[in-house]
Amino acid sequence: MTPGSSGLLDRHIAFLEALRGAGLPVSLAEDLDAIAALTALDWSERAVVRDAYAATLLKRQVQRPTFEALFDLYFPRLVGAGATPPDEEGSADESGGARDNAQALASFREDLVEALSDDDGQRLQRLAAEMVGRFGAMPGRGPGLSSWSAYTALQRVSPQQLVDRIVAALLAEGRTEEEAQRTSGRRIGAFTRRVEDDARRRIAEEKGPDHVANVALKPSIDRLDFTSARKTDLEEMRREIYPLARRLATRLTQEHHARRRGPLDFRRTVRASMSTGGVPLVTHHRPKRPHRTELVVLCDVSGSVANFAQFTLLLVFALQDQFQKVRAFTFIDHVHEVTHHFRPGADVADVMADLAASTSHAALWGRTNYGRALAKFEESHPDALGPKSSLLILGDARSNYSDLNADVLQRLADSTRHAWWLNPEARRHWGTGDSAAPTYGEIVPMVECRNLTQLGEFVHDLAI
Amino acid sequence: MTWFASPADAVERLTAVGYLADAATATTTFLAGALEKPMLVEGPAGVGKTELAKAVARATGAELVRLQCYEGLDEARALYEWNYKKQLLRIQASSGDQEWSATHDDIFTEEFLLTRPLLTAIRREEPTVLLIDEVDKTDVEVEGLLLEVLSDFQVTIPELGTVSAVRRPLVFLTSNATRELSEAVKRRCLYLHLDYPDAEREREIVSSQVPGLDDRVAEQLVATVGRLRELELKKAPSIAESVDWARTLIALEIRDLDDKAVNDTLGVVLKHASDHDRAIRELRLRR
Repeated sequence: MTPGSSGLLDRHIAFLEALRGAGLPVSLAEDLDAIAALTALDWSERAVVRDAYAATLLKRQVQRPTFEALFDLYFPRLVGAGATPPDEEGSADESGGARDNAQALASFREDLVEALSDDDGQRLQRLAAEMVGRFGAMPGRGPGLSSWSAYTALQRVSPQQLVDRIVAALLAEGRTEEEAQRTSGRRIGAFTRRVEDDARRRIAEEKGPDHVANVALKPSIDRLDFTSARKTDLEEMRREIYPLARRLATRLTQEHHARRRGPLDFRRTVRASMSTGGVPLVTHHRPKRPHRTELVVLCDVSGSVANFAQFTLLLVFALQDQFQKVRAFTFIDHVHEVTHHFRPGADVADVMADLAASTSHAALWGRTNYGRALAKFEESHPDALGPKSSLLILGDARSNYSDLNADVLQRLADSTRHAWWLNPEARRHWGTGDSAAPTYGEIVPMVECRNLTQLGEFVHDLAI
Repeated sequence: MTWFASPADAVERLTAVGYLADAATATTTFLAGALEKPMLVEGPAGVGKTELAKAVARATGAELVRLQCYEGLDEARALYEWNYKKQLLRIQASSGDQEWSATHDDIFTEEFLLTRPLLTAIRREEPTVLLIDEVDKTDVEVEGLLLEVLSDFQVTIPELGTVSAVRRPLVFLTSNATRELSEAVKRRCLYLHLDYPDAEREREIVSSQVPGLDDRVAEQLVATVGRLRELELKKAPSIAESVDWARTLIALEIRDLDDKAVNDTLGVVLKHASDHDRAIRELRLRR
């Protein structure tokens, strides 16, 4: 089989380039593996080709969504609108929008409710394609502008308004109220993604996949910024917290063990040498006493950084046993202790709800004021910090131009063993507008922490 | 020897030995055999990673050699070890009446070599499936050891020379992803992520694993497990738990999985106290 003759090789290489561009480490060796795998298979089905690529090119499951999106771009599921020829579509749009009128919209929404209630994957896929084709077309735009828009289609059909009807359908199946709410929300989110995928596919057809791959792909969940995450992303992130904590805990235990070898245990060594005729082939050592950090977390929970603060708190508490003691305080312009919400083994979603409910205690006027919060913390919790504890402050250091109380922070930092500041903003934004990052950054080392990967790395280094 | 003729052949033969593989699993397994590359299987606990390797061994009539990884696993327990005690005995027994050089040659021979799973798998002449289980539990140094074995299927023993595989074993590595494996190991492997199956396939698996289970109960069970997986739990129930649950229902002679039955047997599927509370609250099991 010589892929070169049919332009397949070009497409293959372009696909690999796009994967590399999206941050997947695809080496030449994997490239060759993929070719070898494809020659060993017959190409009767698209899914087989996709599985072969996935087996040889992918190395981590978090890369899977990126891979899927790019595969759909370079090896599209169908061309144009599928069964209906593309030219007919154009004419229909010009002839007064026969395919996009109130009646069509109503019947389409009926179909959609039905498909969403049954969670019928194939039908939803078809509906997504139909939806972009009918309601997302933007004909007559100048060259260089996309003629398909997922946004337009979603605005027109607005699947969000169908929630109630899907919930009703699910309740009829015997689901409980909350469950139905959550399930319908998830299904609509998934459908929205399908629509976006389809719009991308159509745009890629017109302008070439390279263009779309460069501009329209979201980063994978562990590299997504906390501040730019959507609601569905946040849910997905929250599901990632517990596995991440487990991974970190394993890594930490292993690293602690590697450095655990203490002084020689003479008695055990001699005893063990008995079985080798008195020759001590293996030495035994006493374990070292592990050192554990006492941690005090002070976090800004005002709207702009609330997500970030919650994730960090959850991660720290999921790793509770790696620290000797953890205390947590939240603030906006007033300080409130939240340690008691983190019972060992507590349910993540419950803790999140409790935290959200307690936010009101952290505010008097509701405008972020770092200076006041720091002063209050020093005043009301003088026992929290000691020479053995580490202080961790979370926030974007945007203090609404109020008094910064830098000397208070200096005193707090001096009274602890270590102090860090985690900032969820990109480093280039520090010091712009009302950001007091440079001022505070001079007193405590400030670390950029925008996504789960950076957060995981930081917490790992902290616990060592 | 070719392991499988095609992905479809893989599905068929795995089904025959009681492992219902989906398309991606079958394709990747076929490729692992066709390209003679190791296969890295990742996924949550209890979705049938280890079972896949066992099923492949059963389906192809190959012998399964298993290396269970754990923290602190070293060369001596993964690859080979000299039998020090026997060597010492040999030296003490022959002291005086034999030259040192002769003794030296004598104690580094096959007789004193203890082969461990990796070396065993490489030296076998019959078809072999090598299962390196929970590879993420090992230390980073063991990965370095695996590199030589996985890419060239050979092992270098300083005293004996290099041992190459007569017949390449089919290698499966399983991992729960508690630790990132090094890029070097991953590059040498085909990658497969096993996840919870869809309702249809899960029902087939449960029915095939637990004969005598009523179709209606099987359907209820799979639906309930599906609902549990949608909740935000610490550990979502996996296939192994569904099968356990089905066995429990048979043992308790429960013919209808109603709320009370679910409530009574929930401990089989959910292993965290907080998960229990959440499930009971969200599914309204106690009214």
